Amino acid sequence: MKRFFARNAPAYVFLLPWLIGFFLLALGPILASLYLSFTRYDMVSAPRWIGWGNYEYMFTRDRRFWKALEVTFTYVALAVPARLIMALGVAMLLDKGLRTIGLYRAIFYLPSLLGASIAIAILWRQLFAADGVVNQVLAMVGIQGASWITDPDTSLYTLVVLAMWQFGSPMLIFLAGLRGIPRDLYEAAEIDGTPRWRQFTRITLPLLAPVIFFNLVLQTIDSFKTFSSAFIISNGTGAPADSLLFYTVYLFNEAFKFFRMGYASALAWFLLVIIATFTAIAFFTSKYWVHYENERD
Amino acid sequence: MAGLTLRNVGKRYGAMSIIQGLNLDIHDGEFLVLVGPSGCGKSTLLRMIAGLEDISEGTISIGGKVVNDLPASKRELSMVFQSYALYPHMSVRKNLAFGLQNFKVSGAEVERRVAEAARILQIEQLMDRKPRQLSGGQKQRVAIGRSIVREPQLFLFDEPLSNLDAELRVQMRAELASLYARLGTTMIYVTHDQVEAMTMASRIVVLRGGKIEQFGTPQELYTRPQNLFVAGFIGSPKINMLQAKAKRGAGGTVVSVAGMPDFAIAELPTDDQALTLCVRPSSLRVGNGDITGEGTVRLVEYLGSETLLHIALSSGQVLLVSDNGRTSYRMGDAVKIGFDLPDLHYFDSRGQRIEVIQNESQAQ
Repeated sequence: MKRFFARNAPAYVFLLPWLIGFFLLALGPILASLYLSFTRYDMVSAPRWIGWGNYEYMFTRDRRFWKALEVTFTYVALAVPARLIMALGVAMLLDKGLRTIGLYRAIFYLPSLLGASIAIAILWRQLFAADGVVNQVLAMVGIQGASWITDPDTSLYTLVVLAMWQFGSPMLIFLAGLRGIPRDLYEAAEIDGTPRWRQFTRITLPLLAPVIFFNLVLQTIDSFKTFSSAFIISNGTGAPADSLLFYTVYLFNEAFKFFRMGYASALAWFLLVIIATFTAIAFFTSKYWVHYENERD
Repeated sequence: MAGLTLRNVGKRYGAMSIIQGLNLDIHDGEFLVLVGPSGCGKSTLLRMIAGLEDISEGTISIGGKVVNDLPASKRELSMVFQSYALYPHMSVRKNLAFGLQNFKVSGAEVERRVAEAARILQIEQLMDRKPRQLSGGQKQRVAIGRSIVREPQLFLFDEPLSNLDAELRVQMRAELASLYARLGTTMIYVTHDQVEAMTMASRIVVLRGGKIEQFGTPQELYTRPQNLFVAGFIGSPKINMLQAKAKRGAGGTVVSVAGMPDFAIAELPTDDQALTLCVRPSSLRVGNGDITGEGTVRLVEYLGSETLLHIALSSGQVLLVSDNGRTSYRMGDAVKIGFDLPDLHYFDSRGQRIEVIQNESQAQ
């Protein structure tokens, strides 16, 4: 044991900053929040153990919790496919071998870097406001645009469009995946008279499946956690009419507006369960549709 | 089946010319091999015939029909790629059938052709496997099978054996040759391996720098190479090259080679004085010939059926001699080295072949 530490001491010294960070800033709060989810805690008085009380309230009496779930699931169901389709489409265009591909790659990636920022969310609000740029453009062609953000029927879709616009990161991964498919396969298909659409469905998509799977899991997790854009655009309330009451916005309000830390912790843990379930489903079904080149069987 | 005609075919990438003014007539049912060193344009030419590369100038005709503007799928040809290009997510059966499904071939016909190809290539037991579960040789068979099921007019092969190990390559070479004998379809085969070219081809095109160096049967290329490049490229072990000087006299021309006795030839149809003489290692022998010199054995390479002797002349030039496997020479032995005049190939200072009329007897 002594020898083990003597031999590995330098490694642990280098690991120490990360280890401290992990235990104090990650694992500690995670475990604390699990405990707090079984308590009533307002940050002033000490936490009070209430057992499954928070969870029971969540599922049986909290109508806003169900609303938040509905908003979030709708968003995930729309935003994830929209972003992935957009990302794949642009990646395929860039894969055509443009000379200035580096420039385009950077330009297309930019929204993803900026996307999570507060500034972009504010910009989005301006664009889709009643007198925003979108409506001004529509007015030019004689269309009276809706008040996109303040109308509960359309507000969520403005966020889906924002999500679509942030396709850069999955696009880069798709592009790398497309580059990995040997050209010979398309040439063989070309000689065999395979139409472009069939090449896409029978060669590109199956061979890209591992990358699609990776992006799907990552984007699903990401979308469930969408916060800053929803928070800014809804003024931190989930308005109008709770149509932008994302799960994370609701959780944030419970924690930092109403100081119901115990309940917010329970919400956070349930979000973890949702994300874990979806990831598990993706992994479980992947064996039926994801083909790995170097798989052994 | 169809023949293929290339007229003034060229390919340029910007200012760089890859193939220049190429003319070729490939007969119906011929096994043509395009051979040459890396970068000579042989694969590009094959891809141009396939329709995978545009041609910059000239015309390509298949079966008498100009196909310049026809897409690859309408040229009624199939191609076997160096990488095999098998669809990794499909079983062997699906790989074989995939192409046919684009050509409105009925299900029963697809099944018949796939079964027939599998039988010819003896891959019936592999039909449900994925490419990753196959060995290199098996993948190659599937790739060939995919070509066969199309029943094309023209088979194209782009270095199909270069990913296989030496033993398998020999085996597949024989199988391809028997497949050709069985199908009788026109085949165009690209390789950088002159042994493959010699063993399989009806005729060979030797390419260098996008130009044809020589076009002929394997025998023609071996026995009458038209230039130094072909002489050096075709034949293994490599041909010996000797620098020589020609001096015209009253009774003919005297040729001198450093380290060998001078000899006379009746007529030399060139004014060049600097010549290159080539002689195959198999045409040299240890002992007397029409011309006999002396040398020292520098290296003995025993190959079983033959022994390669590296013999240094007094000039320092080393000649390669192919002797039988029972040779008893050792390094350092002083030996006689001889060759007969008809076995010599003459090339002028530009490296072009010269037809020389030999004297009846040699000059001493």
